[in-house]
Amino acid sequence: MGKCFSTLQFHASRCDGCGDCMTACALAKADTGDPAYSRIRILPKADSNGVELALCRQCADPICVMNCPSGALSKNSDSGVIDWAEGQCVNCLLCTAGCAYAGIVYEDAVGHVTKCDLCGGDPACVKACPSEALEYRTASRIFNAYADKEDMFCRGLAACHGCNSELLIRHTMRMVGPDSVVAAPPGCIPGMGTVGYNGQTGAKVPIFHSLLTNTATMLAGVKMQYNRVGREVTAIALAGDGGTSDAGFQSVSGAAERNDPILFICVDNEGYMNTGMQSSGVTPYGSWTSTTPVGGRMQGKPTEAKNLPVIMAMHNCSYVATASTAFLEDYYAKLEKAIEVAKTGMAYLHVYAPCPTGWRFPSAMTTQVCRMQVRTNFIALWEYDPGNGLRFTHPVNRPEPVAEYLKLVGKYRHLSEAQVAHIQHTVDAKIVYLRQLTQLAASRGP
Amino acid sequence: MHSKYIIVGSSHAALEAATAIRLIDAEGALTLLTRDAHPPYSPTILPYLVSGRARPDKVALRGPDYFRDNAIAFVPGAAVAALDPALSSLRLESGETWRYDRLLIATGAAPALPPVRGLADVPFHVLRSMDDAADLRQAIGQARSAIVLGAGLIGMHAAENMAKAGVAVSVVELQPHVLSGYFEPKASEIIEATFARNGVRLLLGQSLADVERQGEGCLATLADGKTIAADLLLVCTGVKPNIGFLDGSGIEVDSGILVDDWMRSNLPNIWAAGDVAQARGFWGGKIVNGILPNAVEQGRIAGLGMAGDAGVKPFPGAVLLNTYSFFGQQAISVGHGRAGDGFEIAESGGEDVYRRIVLKDGQLAGIATINDFVDAGIMWQLILRRTDLSPVKAAFIADPRRVGRQLMSQIWR
Repeated sequence: MGKCFSTLQFHASRCDGCGDCMTACALAKADTGDPAYSRIRILPKADSNGVELALCRQCADPICVMNCPSGALSKNSDSGVIDWAEGQCVNCLLCTAGCAYAGIVYEDAVGHVTKCDLCGGDPACVKACPSEALEYRTASRIFNAYADKEDMFCRGLAACHGCNSELLIRHTMRMVGPDSVVAAPPGCIPGMGTVGYNGQTGAKVPIFHSLLTNTATMLAGVKMQYNRVGREVTAIALAGDGGTSDAGFQSVSGAAERNDPILFICVDNEGYMNTGMQSSGVTPYGSWTSTTPVGGRMQGKPTEAKNLPVIMAMHNCSYVATASTAFLEDYYAKLEKAIEVAKTGMAYLHVYAPCPTGWRFPSAMTTQVCRMQVRTNFIALWEYDPGNGLRFTHPVNRPEPVAEYLKLVGKYRHLSEAQVAHIQHTVDAKIVYLRQLTQLAASRGP
Repeated sequence: MHSKYIIVGSSHAALEAATAIRLIDAEGALTLLTRDAHPPYSPTILPYLVSGRARPDKVALRGPDYFRDNAIAFVPGAAVAALDPALSSLRLESGETWRYDRLLIATGAAPALPPVRGLADVPFHVLRSMDDAADLRQAIGQARSAIVLGAGLIGMHAAENMAKAGVAVSVVELQPHVLSGYFEPKASEIIEATFARNGVRLLLGQSLADVERQGEGCLATLADGKTIAADLLLVCTGVKPNIGFLDGSGIEVDSGILVDDWMRSNLPNIWAAGDVAQARGFWGGKIVNGILPNAVEQGRIAGLGMAGDAGVKPFPGAVLLNTYSFFGQQAISVGHGRAGDGFEIAESGGEDVYRRIVLKDGQLAGIATINDFVDAGIMWQLILRRTDLSPVKAAFIADPRRVGRQLMSQIWR
């Protein structure tokens, strides 16, 4: 496989053109606040409102490098940065003829061409940006670390178009690896073929189709047997929210209380999506489902979802975390911890899985829906362990209104303004509650 | 010998073609045959080797690691003597025969010598190869006076180097101005004034009628009868494509090898790119556009086509383009500066600053500046994309650098 590189991302819609990034760049690179020395340039659009960015893209097929007659420019195969070697540059400016983005430019004051070098992986502009318009994206290391690892599921799983559960389980099992045994209770994950059809399996590791009610205990027993015969395996459950929060809850709760050494992943699509979109215990207030319809008597689910991950944290098992597939770096960090923890105690990961089929949104929008769940604080990304308590891993301090998320999803299309206001209130209250838990952890001290 | 791909040449067009082939075909045998004995280098670096700013051991465009990692056979010192398209074979001057499935001719150009009486009988220098550069560097070290024949980029670069080395230089140029291929008279005058200030004697609108040997150097007689004696004579009156070895092969040539928009010659399985190729001009006709970015682009297109990439895009047409530094100042030229029917010219400047913008039908046709940096790449793109500048015309004329950057950063997203 090739290599991926970290990169600067610019969100033009969040940029107010303050220019702090340029000042920070000039300070970092030339020890002056004069933006002429900056290698990043924020420009107002030529013919309308808004801003644009002129910056080196660190191209994969860099024409500047091809145009360089002196060998002064090269693509660094470790960092991906287009390196400029001052000693070899003859100042012919032919590199500037190769760049359509003004990524490498000549400034009279500087006296030679300059270009962004990503500050060696810690860009000063990103740190200086007050509006989060610049982000340094490092997700490439996931690709570099795991792309060559074997996919533990077979090709051709029959998940719905746009389903992120397939993405999630393939990512997950790539990291967990071959020394594992998987429990998959009834739900979308077995339904898409992971447990196989007609006597054939869909996974490359041992996988069993437990009952809705006994997944955690059965898995704990299997793990116990492996321990008995002296084989170290990761015992992992890939369950839906029905198999976790409702029918499966007593066994999950029991395993958590006993701190059985298993990794239990709840893939939460907020209902029984593969049997006809019935409501579950974690279906949010206001959702249309086939059992909480919209009509004269009911406007979607009349009651609140239970906060399952918090309930799991209250069991004091070894590790509990929430995750979203729009924030894979966050998920990978948590999965890494969970795999380690599950050698000795219970790790519970609650991953949100918006369902294009059951929630009624276009299949191309799944990741955007995931992202908006986090950006509006509809879900919060956090982790918990008994020693350190609860902490946010991706705090969203300036959330967008929850209505921005709700309007993406068809199951909320009927909501009245009052219902939306109610949901906003619930979301705010949930964040306040979680914040109190984080403060509790902080006040407990070492 | 046989190789699926053979590339003749080892500079920008050849190297980009090799890289492009390897993007598509990781394994097909790929061989670079080159007349030069050195690792690949750019002709553009030569004036800097003469001045000492660049060092011969630091200018290789690719090293042995690159050829090893990409499974490319690099064969230096292999001059091709003849092409036999019927047998898909090349005969080297050594007598060796190479057979190809697909051939790229990227042999570049060689100095074109002017018809000056006596030139064959006097010692003179040219500047097209690394060996030329080493010879010239050594000669400058020993000379007190020099004649540079031709005021193109190579000649002007060399004259500057000589002046800086304390040599009394005379530049003889047939045209009334220096660098007339790139700049209009007003811009050239700024460059000329700078050279004159730095002690370079410019004899413009003059030609050399006759040279004869005088001691170790030469005595030159101009067309008007004046004579100049010099220790060193450098001839840089342009270049001509290296196509001599193609005589009798049936390949169509005009000034260079005639190619279509995919760099294919008239013969099957033979491509040509770079300074040796004569391809579509952006404003019509077929031209040899001997500039580095052109060679890069053509080499890529040829390489992708040779490897059978279905997505290869045709050559959009050659645009004249150059960036030129002289005595610490910068001159940039993209497109053409011609005036005439339907062209709108905006010219501004002062004693040592200059800008000329040429627009046609609201689109950029050319821009030339001196000591007024504009991003050549952006200007080139605005021309190639035929970007409509009418909505921002006044702003563009007032500040082409800023508005160009604004437009391109908008367009690419």
